[in-house]
Amino acid sequence: MGNNQASTLTEKKEEVVSSTHKFLIHQRGDHVGVATSDIRQGEKVIGIYMDDHSDVVVTAKADIPLGHKISLVNLEKDEPVLKYGVQIGITTEKWEMGDYVHTHNIKTARW
Amino acid sequence: MVQQLYGYRRENGRVGIRNHVIILPVDDISNAACEAVAKQIQGTLALPHAYGRLQYGPDLDLHFRTMIGTGANPNVAAVIVIGIEENWAKKIADGIAVTGKPVSYFSIERNGDLETIRAASWKAKEYVQWATELQRVPIELKDLTVSIKCGESDTTTGLGSCPTVSQAVDCLVDAGATVFFGETSELTGGEHLISERMATPELRRRFKEIYDDYVGEIESKGVDLLGSQPTQGNIAGGLSTIEEKALGNIAKTGSKEIIGVLDPAEKPQNGNGLYFMDTSSAAAECITLMAAGGAVLHLFPTGQGNIIGHPIEPVIKITANPITAATMSEHIDVDVQGLLSRKISLEEAGDQLMEMISRTINGRLTSAESLGHREFVMTKLYRSA
Repeated sequence: MGNNQASTLTEKKEEVVSSTHKFLIHQRGDHVGVATSDIRQGEKVIGIYMDDHSDVVVTAKADIPLGHKISLVNLEKDEPVLKYGVQIGITTEKWEMGDYVHTHNIKTARW
Repeated sequence: MVQQLYGYRRENGRVGIRNHVIILPVDDISNAACEAVAKQIQGTLALPHAYGRLQYGPDLDLHFRTMIGTGANPNVAAVIVIGIEENWAKKIADGIAVTGKPVSYFSIERNGDLETIRAASWKAKEYVQWATELQRVPIELKDLTVSIKCGESDTTTGLGSCPTVSQAVDCLVDAGATVFFGETSELTGGEHLISERMATPELRRRFKEIYDDYVGEIESKGVDLLGSQPTQGNIAGGLSTIEEKALGNIAKTGSKEIIGVLDPAEKPQNGNGLYFMDTSSAAAECITLMAAGGAVLHLFPTGQGNIIGHPIEPVIKITANPITAATMSEHIDVDVQGLLSRKISLEEAGDQLMEMISRTINGRLTSAESLGHREFVMTKLYRSA
């Protein structure tokens, strides 16, 4: 019991991958996942694809609050962004995998 | 387990799940008299609102359609209409009377508030004592019209609460019920997905016309909509663009063919099934229009925690956001946060919602009803003359 506790604390310090998923992705091919727990900068987190239940590991480059998005890909400025397999906007700056995605780096293509 | 459902079968055969006696003002200045009657006669409900004067053309048509549709809604047993002038009060009462339900109208000019309140209170007392003796009878899902609209959406609505409603929508349509969805401007980015589901080319053409007209009006203002659509709450919840919001919104509409396209507050004409109604995306405006179109129960997925209710149409709230479920639990009827943690399946979430639908039909007050949320908001198309 004592050992287990110590081991857990060590794991947290070393930022190893969390034991459960911390974000979900609607479907294969999407450029972003949605945090289902708060994610800290530098944390290696598991995401699960909701269509085929496969998983992916990404290192977060910033704090990402629950409900906010994490980039799964590298994109240039002015590229279309996919979620639900459909375009949800365009990048307003260069993205890297693990970036926090919100109104500072994506905008609508519609209005 | 299939629970026997009970509701109120009205004079015209339509089925309601509540039994309200309403005091309906024709116009803003008749609110006070209506509220006085409702205060005097227990068991009645006044529906104050802000408009009804000097409206004209399609805006006036919509006002009458909303008033008459609200009174005609099967959740309403009987109606008292009060207006400043006799003609419009009579016009609304006559429209409601087509259903066969008891309705009386009163006008304030040449009588004053006090005499109007006296006469209307006598009639309201008669109606409420009659209505409270009506009995619930066995009904089926196919007898019901249900509406859906989400609010204070965030990314969890698209992940959890909207797909849960989708399960219920498919289940209801399969059972032969009628379902309304709307929120014209909030389809932006996914309007092609709705268009593809229209049953006929004519419906597709009509939908495109309505969509282009609404969004064209918004775009003609030439303003940056970030903060309004998506809202500040949407953005706080992680939604970044209207397209992202729309795709989450559309995730609640199920998978069925769309068999009709309705004007705001219009009654369905093509039999039972799934309908699109042209509405605002603001919750109170939208639900008021859908109730006027005949919806008796509303399913409302929320992310950040919209607290909307309606005076005569019960609103069931569903959330998958664990923070909202924890901090605003008094507003939530169905908590599906297990979808985010993957502790429950979508089918299980759908079953939870269907069970809450049955219980609500059979009389359980929703959170919004028990908290007294009675938002009744007329849609105004343009300035009055």
